[in-house]
Order: sequence, then structure tokens, then C-alpha cells
Amino acid sequence: MIYAEPRFLSGGDRAIFVEFGDSIDPDINQRVIDLKLAIEKAGVPGVVESVPSYRSLLVYYQPLQISARKLREVVYRLLQSPIGRELPKRKLIEIPVTYGGEFGLDLELVAKHNNLSTAEVVRIHSRVRYLIYMIGFMPGFPYLGGMSPKLATPRKTTPRLKIPAGSVGIAGNQTGIYPTESPGGWQIIGRTPLKLFEPAREPPALLKAGDYLTFVSVTPEEFATIQEAVRNGTYRLNETLVE
Amino acid sequence: MDIFEVIQPGPLTTVQDLGRFGYQQFGVPTSGALDNYAFRIGNLLVGNNEGAASLEITLFGCQLCTLHDTSMAITGADLSAAISGKPAPAWESVRLKRGDVLSFPQLNSGCRAYLAVAGGIAVPEVMKSASTLVRAGIGGLNGRPLRQGDILSANERSAPSAAARMPAEYVPVYGNQIELRVILGPQDDYFTDEGKSTFLNSEYIVSAQADRMGYRLEGPRIQHLSGADIISDGIPLGAIQVPGDRLPIILLADRQTTGGYTKIATVISVDIPKVAQAKPGDSIRFPQVNEEQAVALWQEYEQQIETIKSLLHP
Repeated sequence: MIYAEPRFLSGGDRAIFVEFGDSIDPDINQRVIDLKLAIEKAGVPGVVESVPSYRSLLVYYQPLQISARKLREVVYRLLQSPIGRELPKRKLIEIPVTYGGEFGLDLELVAKHNNLSTAEVVRIHSRVRYLIYMIGFMPGFPYLGGMSPKLATPRKTTPRLKIPAGSVGIAGNQTGIYPTESPGGWQIIGRTPLKLFEPAREPPALLKAGDYLTFVSVTPEEFATIQEAVRNGTYRLNETLVE
Repeated sequence: MDIFEVIQPGPLTTVQDLGRFGYQQFGVPTSGALDNYAFRIGNLLVGNNEGAASLEITLFGCQLCTLHDTSMAITGADLSAAISGKPAPAWESVRLKRGDVLSFPQLNSGCRAYLAVAGGIAVPEVMKSASTLVRAGIGGLNGRPLRQGDILSANERSAPSAAARMPAEYVPVYGNQIELRVILGPQDDYFTDEGKSTFLNSEYIVSAQADRMGYRLEGPRIQHLSGADIISDGIPLGAIQVPGDRLPIILLADRQTTGGYTKIATVISVDIPKVAQAKPGDSIRFPQVNEEQAVALWQEYEQQIETIKSLLHP
């Protein structure tokens, strides 16, 4: 539920939370992202950075440049203004994924668990629009909303020690992508050749909170071609603006 | 200009600056020197700007061989620093000659020492910062702690720095019992009154799980109203998270940018350096203050650094 008035919560002497609701909900998250964009657009002096999450925005500031009281006033004013209509549009980003085989060792397990064929899992998982609620947990890791409950599968009881970068997985009723190689317990159904996080790139993360993504199934041959293009810096990301 | 060869790195020696800002929205922790005070003073002592990259040396065992004459300053924890076996003064600028061996053999007080060198340690900036985030392999020296045989370079600087010594009254004393003042929130309403009172009135001990990401504490358990889980949100520096085991964790510079456990309070900025210098076994209390008091203390802190700056380089 969206609160009638946003709540300001303390994050100590140099950060405040602006919380918009009490659930994981696209409309609540939209307010979080709108406020983040509005603060950036307004260029509020003393604001260092802000971190969007499902239902709140954490705003870091320099207390000797702007007081918490003044910052709350600025936020309140931005929320009252019709600035939302002038904010940049959200993007829909296509993520090519090769499902199954060596790229998705758990695709069959996910299919069996949900009484589906592997082709059905791929069809249900791809071509759907997922909202990127937030980035967190590790650099570049997207928290996605919108996976069909038909694909929900529990985590592995024993996590794998090494999951390759770009692996697409399912854990409970969530789906996500591992930006870098790491250990993990998600059921891995495929892999993307795109690099979700590159420290030397600006911005370093491919995805950002508030945008959408969709998975597009590609063959292992196409995977290799895209991977090569990514490596050479010639890959053109497929993205469209969302109305 | 190569200035040091690493003979022994010690358990954790990393390159740090004031931190990496603007990237938490992409899941990248800020990192940066845990002890902002000792770090900034070290740079001022050698005539650097206060944010120049320095070494953060944890506990004991680090040994460096000097490859080129330079000036340096050691601040923060007392690790019995020595130059070729002779005690090295701390909190003042010191000349090092080629061949000098700088060592940090034994912990006397505090937990982290800072070694600032004239010009600052030269490493490529990653996302506009020299700070090392070991967990993600980002920044510093190839994203990792120092290793035996590493060669460290300093940025060239034209003017040699004048000798400088920190006035004794500004040198902090690191005890084994500290008070960290806190502001309640953001989720203090997820705790019972008894839980909040337990937190504010008990003594906690720093456990062995204490690192740049966070300090797990041991002591009386803090009662939640109805559970420790929240919808994940951002984590400020100094946030005190209380997960399902009901024991507090103080979250520091390498913390995850977001998390799904209740946060009962936040340590105020001026007291973060005290956490940086606490080590396993030390005891902590959490007196409550309000935001105005915290900001007034921060203003004093910044004024003190300005005063020190003018005393060092009049």
C-alpha cells in the first residue's frame, strides 16, 4: 500500500530514508525512482548520492552543506511539484540468454519441479517484461519483479562454489542474473554473454533501478557471436523507451 | 616513482582513500579508510591533500623496504612501528632513506594504522577512487591486499614537505572500552521497548567476526516486535543491523549497499573512527543522542581538523 504521506526515517547524521509504502509494488517503486531522478535533475547542493530500493530512497548528504530539515523540505517540495512528467523515460533492455545445456545446468530441474517441459520454462521466462526494482547484494545485481509463479523453484540445498558471470537463475519466486563469478544457491537456467558489471565502464552497471528488462532466447552460436562483439566493444544493446 | 617493496604484507594491508561515492545505486560499496581522522591527518602531516591514497595496515606484521628517499607519516593504531629496528615516531612526518626497513611488528593499541607518503600512493583510479574493495576485486593494487614482493609507487611531487608534528592534545587515545553515540532509526519501531532499552543500556563485546564490512557484537539479545526481516532497503554507514539472532552488527565502509534486516540505530559520524580502532574483545556501549547533537559534534570535528591544518602548515 502507498502511504498517504511519505515517511522520513533516520539514517544517522548524514543520510535520510524517504519511504513511500509498505510493500513490493511497481507503483511504490516508481515513486522512489521519480524522487531519485527529481533530486538529480534539481541538483540539490549537499546531496552526495542516493540509493533506491523497493520502497524507499536513501539520500546521503553533507550535513554542513545542507541540514536534514532543509533536505526534508526540498524533498517535500519536489514531491509536490509536477516534475515527474519531465523526468527521463524508463528503458526496456533486451538480455540475450542461452537457456539449458552447459549454460543452464538446472533448466531440467526447474522444468521437472514445475511439471513443465524445458521449452515451456524458456517460453514463460523469456519475452516477459521484468521491472528492475533495485541494484544491490553485489555490484550490478538486479532485483527483478514479474516472474511467473509457474517457475518458482527453491534454492539448491548446497550452493555451488562457482557460478559463471552472466548466469540467469531462479530462487524461490525471484529471477536474477549474476553479474560476476561467485558462489551461489540459485537454480541456473541459462547465461547471457552481456557484461552486467564492468568497473572501467561509466556507468559500471549495465542495468539501473526503474528500468525494465526482457530475456530473449538465443542459440549457443548466437551467444558466441554476441560474446565476441561484447569483447570487441561493437555490441549494440537493444533498448527501447517505455511509454 | 617506486618507493616501497613489500617484504611482508601482514594480515590485511590495503590502499584506501576517502571512498568511492556515487556508485552505491549500482551496488558498489563506498570503501575508503575506516578511520577518517587518522587517515586525513596522516596526509596533512606529509603535506598532501587530505584525501591522497595511503596504506591502511591492520593489526601487525607488515614490513616494507624503502626504495627511494621520501617522507611519510604513521597515524592511527600503535603497531610499534620501527625503522630498521629503531622506534619510529607516530603522528609526525618522518624522513625515510633508501634501504630503510619500515616494520609494524606488534599491536599496542587500536586496530588500524595509516601510512601516508609524500605525493600519495599511485594506483589507477577505479570509479573515481583509489580505495580497495577486496570482496569485488575493485580498486587499489589490482583489487587486492598487498602481497609479498609488490612494488608500491608514489605520485611525484615537486616541493618537499616541511617537517610537521601533530600537537599531542589532538592525538587520540585508543582504549578497550568505547562509547559509540547513536541516533535511533530507521527501524527502531520494529523493536519492543525492552529491546531498545537492552540495546541502549548494555555492554557489547566485539567478536572475532569484525572486518571492514562490519563488526559482529556479542552481548544481550535485542528483542524484535515481530521478526528481523524487512523489505530490503539502503544501509547507511554505521548502521546497526539486528538480524534473526538478535545480536547487533555495526556496518562499515565495505558493507553491502542494501540489506533485508532491521536496523535499530546508526553510529554518529564522529564516532566511526572509534569503531575502526576497536578490535575483538573490546567493549562497546551505545548512548543515544539526537541529530542536532551529532551534527554539532561533526562541525567541531571538522573545525578541529582545520585547526590542525593551520598549526601544521602555518
